[in-house]
Amino acid sequence: MTDPNPAAAPASACPVNRLGEWRTVALVALFVLGMLSSLVVHAAQALRGTGDLAVIIERADGAVRIVETTHNSVLGRVEGLGDLSHASVVYSRDERYAYVFGRDGGLTKIDLLEQRIVRRIIQSGNSIGGAISQDGRLIAVSNYTPGGVRVFDAETLDPVADIPAEYAPGRRSKVVGLVDAPGQRFVFSLWDANQIWIADMHDPKHPRITKFRDIGKNPYDGMITPDGHYYLAGLFGEDGMALLDLWHPEQGVRRVLEHYGRGDQKLPVYKMPHLEGWTVAGTRAFVPAVGHHEVLVIDTQDWKQVASIPVYGQPVFVMARPDARQVWVNFAFPNNEAVQVIDTETLKVIETLKPGKGVLHMEFEPRGEEVWISVRDRSLVQVYDTGTLKMKRMITVHKPSGIFMSARAHRIGL
Amino acid sequence: MRRLALGILLSLASAALLAGVPDRQRQTELIDILQQDCGSCHGMTLKGGLGPSLLPDQLRGKPRDFLIATIREGRPGTAMPPWGPILKESEIAWLVDQLLAGKGAYRQ
Repeated sequence: MTDPNPAAAPASACPVNRLGEWRTVALVALFVLGMLSSLVVHAAQALRGTGDLAVIIERADGAVRIVETTHNSVLGRVEGLGDLSHASVVYSRDERYAYVFGRDGGLTKIDLLEQRIVRRIIQSGNSIGGAISQDGRLIAVSNYTPGGVRVFDAETLDPVADIPAEYAPGRRSKVVGLVDAPGQRFVFSLWDANQIWIADMHDPKHPRITKFRDIGKNPYDGMITPDGHYYLAGLFGEDGMALLDLWHPEQGVRRVLEHYGRGDQKLPVYKMPHLEGWTVAGTRAFVPAVGHHEVLVIDTQDWKQVASIPVYGQPVFVMARPDARQVWVNFAFPNNEAVQVIDTETLKVIETLKPGKGVLHMEFEPRGEEVWISVRDRSLVQVYDTGTLKMKRMITVHKPSGIFMSARAHRIGL
Repeated sequence: MRRLALGILLSLASAALLAGVPDRQRQTELIDILQQDCGSCHGMTLKGGLGPSLLPDQLRGKPRDFLIATIREGRPGTAMPPWGPILKESEIAWLVDQLLAGKGAYRQ
């Protein structure tokens, strides 16, 4: 056996050098201490939660920024996500992984802590969005080409099931408005086929599909109420919305808000509106009118229209602050430089902000004290105080679009 | 007198030319509208989305005037809106020429 510390032998054999020896030991000890403390600092940096993280899409670069909302700073950037000209994100239930759905059919799983791609697949030619199942084990993607829904294992991204949206022999519809629903279900709408389908995923490889036909012309998006009780699809081809009670699917889909724009000339729509669970504020839903510069207010007890609020342009996102006291609205081209704030008590616009051209998305922090707004043409994300309605901070992000906070992990339908 | 006539003729000609082709700055804006705003349905890369692909092989066989009319008037009964209220005829024609030539799509 060799001496593990050969330097010790000559030192003990030569007492004259003892002082020098102690100096060396002290130096080594200091060095080791320094190393240890830097390790501790490192560990403290590496060990963090993910509940305050968010992903911001850089649509022109196929990249995402990872940011944190405690100090509002950028943590990192992940590249190589393909065509993100339309993109959305869902989160794993541990809030560590983000699943990014790209325009080009790309599905990418990102590790937020290690800031890297875990796995990336191209699962179709053209996709629009996705959802994560109630149990967190399945990722579903809604596709335009080939029209349908594909389901993947959330851990590995291996294929699990394929649900072609075939509504007539050889004819497949583009799929929109895909959400997760309680009871391990996915619900989605068929743009070309005027249908809503429910896929029961209890047996993941053999989804049980329930189809609802003639729900209204061209559903453009769908959302589920935050309690998971109702699925609401917006209609592009006619004035009205389609409502499905997920407690009682056997009762079928019923039309609500029929003829909301009665008598008015429809205005051109230069960007398709979006629906999300954020749209519900208390017992009222605030939804974009299509082809009218209005936000419609619906009572979620009887699903009748309560009011219509004139706004700055064609609404795209109509989003309630988490406490439901305000609703923030952004607009389609050519009015996409503004954001309006609606007071949900008086149903009046209380502020018109002008963040700049190309306001594409807004995201509230989970308790609603701040809202993040992406301003594409200025390559900025602005953070507003929702109490004072004043901007607090600007973050440079190249051509930002969607902002997705990790708290979405625990929201039905997001 | 003849010089004046020539001057008027020249200025008319250059005005016509200006009306025909958008200037450099406007061209940049038009490409931006094409990628960002047309792109919200047709994709920034123009490979399609809710709307069809606008790449040259998809447009082959469709007359230039038909494409100009489609952009100007939109296509009733579909999600394609009329761009006539937003863009000049000459700007629409220039955009159609870009599309037919395979130019204008966003490349990363």
